[in-house]
Formats: sequence, structure tokens, C-alpha cells
Amino acid sequence: MEKEKNRETILDIRHVSIYFTRYERGIRRRKLPVIRDLDLRVHPGEVVAVVGASGSGKSLLAHGILGILPYNSRMEGEMFYRGEPLTKERAEKLRGRQIALIPQGVTYLDPLMKVGEQLCRGRKDEETVRRCREVLDRYGLGPETEGLYPFELSGGMARRVLIASAVMDKPDLIIADEPTPGLDVGAARRILGHFRELARGGAGVLFITHDLGLALTIADRVAVFYAGETIEEALAADFEDPERLRHPFTKALFRAMPVHGFAPIQGSQPYPGTVSSGCPFAGQCQACQEACVSTEHIPVRQIRGGLVRCLYPEEGNV
Amino acid sequence: MKHRLQFAAKKILRMALLLLGVSVVTFLLMSASPLDPLQTNVGQVALGTMSQEQVEHLEAYWGVDTPPLERYAGWLTDLLHGDMGTSLLYRQPVTTVIWQRLSSSLLLLLTAWILSGVLGLLMGMAAGACRGRWPDKLIRGWCLLISSTPAFWLAILLLLVFSVWLGWLPVGLSVPVGMESGMVSVADRLQHAILPALTLSITGVANMALHTREKMIDVLESDYVLFAKARGESMKSVVWRHGLRGVALPAITLQAGSVSEIIGGSVLVEQVFSYPGLGQAAVTAGLGSDLPLLMSITLITSAMVFGGNLAADLLYGVVDPKIRRRAAK
Repeated sequence: MEKEKNRETILDIRHVSIYFTRYERGIRRRKLPVIRDLDLRVHPGEVVAVVGASGSGKSLLAHGILGILPYNSRMEGEMFYRGEPLTKERAEKLRGRQIALIPQGVTYLDPLMKVGEQLCRGRKDEETVRRCREVLDRYGLGPETEGLYPFELSGGMARRVLIASAVMDKPDLIIADEPTPGLDVGAARRILGHFRELARGGAGVLFITHDLGLALTIADRVAVFYAGETIEEALAADFEDPERLRHPFTKALFRAMPVHGFAPIQGSQPYPGTVSSGCPFAGQCQACQEACVSTEHIPVRQIRGGLVRCLYPEEGNV
Repeated sequence: MKHRLQFAAKKILRMALLLLGVSVVTFLLMSASPLDPLQTNVGQVALGTMSQEQVEHLEAYWGVDTPPLERYAGWLTDLLHGDMGTSLLYRQPVTTVIWQRLSSSLLLLLTAWILSGVLGLLMGMAAGACRGRWPDKLIRGWCLLISSTPAFWLAILLLLVFSVWLGWLPVGLSVPVGMESGMVSVADRLQHAILPALTLSITGVANMALHTREKMIDVLESDYVLFAKARGESMKSVVWRHGLRGVALPAITLQAGSVSEIIGGSVLVEQVFSYPGLGQAAVTAGLGSDLPLLMSITLITSAMVFGGNLAADLLYGVVDPKIRRRAAK
């Protein structure tokens, strides 16, 4: 039964933590947790948004899945891709083929290489060249785009090139890491439309963003990231009514949206490594209680079809 | 294309101006030197035995009282007509001496220049790609060791090992001793050039390797390499496709700049190996007060250094797509 369920999920992340090793005052080594005890699942045909502020470890999550974390970092926990463990070796084989990344912007293209050459990854056979042309055409880019250098692309074109590069091999899992900053709402919606389309084609899309409003326009499920932890996983539909949300931070985030009152959240997210125990949101939470700080590890609970990492989820509503 | 030609023309004009400046400064320095034209040309002893009349006659012949400006103008006019004067020490036209010396030096300089550039680039790329691991440590250590070693000392060391102890290679000169010039084969010349060229290459490698390593690390930490990896490109592909592109431009600049270092190094190295090249001629001319030769060697070497930089500027236009695309418009 468990196995059966696993086969359906494309990506299954269980209790994953990512640490940085840092040297302090000469030789004292320190493990700096950037992502702690993360759980996340992506199913075929589904767009899952990971929403969190800058510095909450979102990009590292993408790099962790692809096995391209920086050399001074370490990952713990388990990841499964289509039911099989996603080891570093397996990620190496799958990335670029079954798992694709859509990065943030034009700096992710080699400034000294033509677009076509980058898309084809050095292969020059007819099949690759044809597919490259096809995929560019799909995003409204003519064959002349192949001969352009990244500095000759406009911002929107560059982003379409990046999407094209990701879907060239028809991946099953697409990780989009902040693919829309700097774009106007219309252009951003168009880009997101492409993601929905990819999901309709059976792929799972993991959409990483800091923009909750944008995430809600496309996502089926939203995982809220706070200081390196997923504090809530909710259906996009839950955001229609704040009463249905579970975590105080999610509620605050909801109220901070321009359409819902633009109420700012007091204080700021703790810096990675500064919170070692208790709820990371404790400092900003208006319903914070003693147990929130003293409990070492706050477990994830299931409430109303969603997940929440909070001791008093019902009282979060002020 | 028009843009490129304009660019090249401008650069060549600048080169002419620079050479003019170099010649003026060299000329001024030489006329300020305490060298007496009579003494250097006739010799102290011969001068002492001459009568006052003869001395005056010679002074008039050598133009001792001609003002420097006029002398310079005369020298420049002759130069533009292809006449660099007569070498005092070799008793031959300077052009002949320089041509002979340059042709034997050129083999040395070019091999050392290309070898040090290519080796330095490859070592730098390897070190950058293996950052922190043993190949990196080895290459870095080697480069630091080499760059803190004087070229002449290294030359002596190589001479000691390969010529004296092992006896594989000749001790000096550019051709075998006592052989008729017609009998000297290309292989003989090459054999004599190996050690000096090797010395120059080894000392030239460090700079290129260390700079390339830094640039390689920058490239490997860049967003676009991260993305290339995310798209499944192997480390090999990343290093050769993205790394080489990224390090090529700075490498060209360094390589152009290293022309002066190689020429400077050749002065010492040729001295150690008694290799009859331009560098050795410069030392001989300097020590022997051979002003016409020294003046011309100064000019020729500055022209070579400037030529190296000009080549780099022109190559930029071919290698850097930003410049190339702008030029095409």
C-alpha cells in the first residue's frame, strides 16, 4: 500500500535538513542549519508552490534536490524520486533529463555562449538541433534566437529561453526557482501559464517564490517556508478564507497581501542558525506561549487536510 | 569590419607615437651619459698618442659639437630610411646585427612564449577545477616556488643538471662548437635552444597559471555553471565548454603582457647559456658602450612588446562576442 502510494508521487522529501559548515574564530567548526526537517510531496500534474521570504533557504532546497549543493554544505534526511531513493549519483543521472531546473534569470546563461549552443549542451546531432528549435518555437522564440548571445536577449526572452531549456527533454519534475522577478504581472502570468500547461502534460512542478499572491494564481498546494522550516502545507483553496489557514505566520502572511489589508508582520525572520530549539516564529507570533519556546522540536500535525508545525494552531487566529 | 580597421589604425598610430617617445627618452639618456664618442670609437690609448690637430679632426668627424637635437633628427631621418647606423662592437650595420640576433632569439622567445602560455593555462584550469584537492595544492605550490625563483638561477640549475651531470644537452651557444656554419643542422639548433627555452617557459608559467586558477574558480562558482550542472552537464563538459571560454579573455591579456617578461627574462637567460640572441646583444651593447646598437635594440624590443598588446586587442574582437557583435553593426 505504502509502495503503491509512493509510485504516484514524483518527489517525496522526508525530514530533509541542509547544513552549512562554517569556520568560526579560526578552527572552530560550526554546523549552520539552513533547512530543517523539511517535508514535501509533489504529485504528477500538480503545481506545488514553496513560499518563503528571501533567506529562508528556498533556493538551497532546489539545489539539494538536484544534488548541486555547494561543497561546504551537507544534506540529511531522505528524498525519493518516483519511489526510489534520490541519491547524489541518481540525481546526477536524472538532472537535466527527468528533473529540470528553471533558474531566476539571465545570469544563469553563459555570457560567452550562443543560446542554441547552450540549449544543445554541446551536442550537434540533427535530433538535438531539431528539438532545440522546436522548443524555442513553442515559447514564441524564432530560430534566430539560437544565434544570439545572452546579452542580446531581453529579460522576458531570457526567461523564456530558460524555460525552453528546462523542458527540452520533457522532464517529469520541474523546479522553478523564482522564475518571475522583475517581470510585470502580465508577463509573469504568461510564464506561470506555461507551468500550468506543463503540469497538465503530467509533470510535477515545484514553484519556488517569495510572492504568495503569485503562487496562489497557479498552485494547487502551497508550502509555507519560514526560517528553513515548512510551517504549513495548505491547499491553495484554503487561502480563500483565513479561518481555514492553520499557522499564525500563514495567517499573518495572508493579511500582509495587498488585497487583504496590507498589514505588515512585526519583526523579522530569524537568521539561519540563531534558533536552535522551539518555534522559529515565536519572536513574531502574537499567540506565542511558553511551551512554544521551551519545546525542543515542534512536530508537524495534520489538520483539515493540511499540515502545520504549530503547538496551538487553533489559537493562532487573533 | 570598418570599425575593426579604424581600431587597428588607431592602435598602430599610437604604437608609432610610443616608439617615437621611447626613442627620444633613450636618446636623451644616452646623450646624458658620460660616454665620449672619441674614446669609445677610437679607444683611450690611441687617443693619447694623437696630436691636438688629429683629435680636433676626429671630433669634427664624429660630430662632437653638433647639438643633440640635430643629432637626434639626423638619427631619426636615417632610421626612417632603414639605416640604424653601424655597430661599434660588431663593426657591421646595426640592422644586420639585429637581424642575425633576432632570428636566433625568435625561436627561443616564441617557443617559450607559446609553451608558457599553453602550459600555464592548462595548469590554471586544472588547479581551478580541482580546487582544494591535491592537484590544486601541487600546482599552486609549484607556481609559488617558481615565481620566487630568479630566472638566471633556474637557468644555472638546469644547466647543471641536464648539461653537466646528465650530459644530455649542450652547455651553451646556439650551434656546436667548431662546426662549419654550413654543416649545422636544424636538429643542432633545436638541441641548443631547448634549455634556454625551457627556462623561459618554466618561469613564465606561474603568473598565467595562478591568474587562470582564480578566474576558473570564479567561473565554476558562477550561476551559469550551476545551471549547466543542473542541466546534467558533466564536470568535463563544464570545464571545457564554459571554463575555457571564461578564462580565455583574461588569459589573452596576460599572454600579451608576458611578452615583455619573456624578453626581459631572455636577457638573463641568454647570458647564462651564452646564447647569441638579442638579449645577449643588449647586454654586450650596454657594457661595451655600443650606443647605436643599444638604441635600436631598445626600439625593437619595445615594438615587440607593443605588438604583443596590439595582437591581444585585435584578438579580443574575435573572442569576445560583445565586441564582435558591436563591431559587426
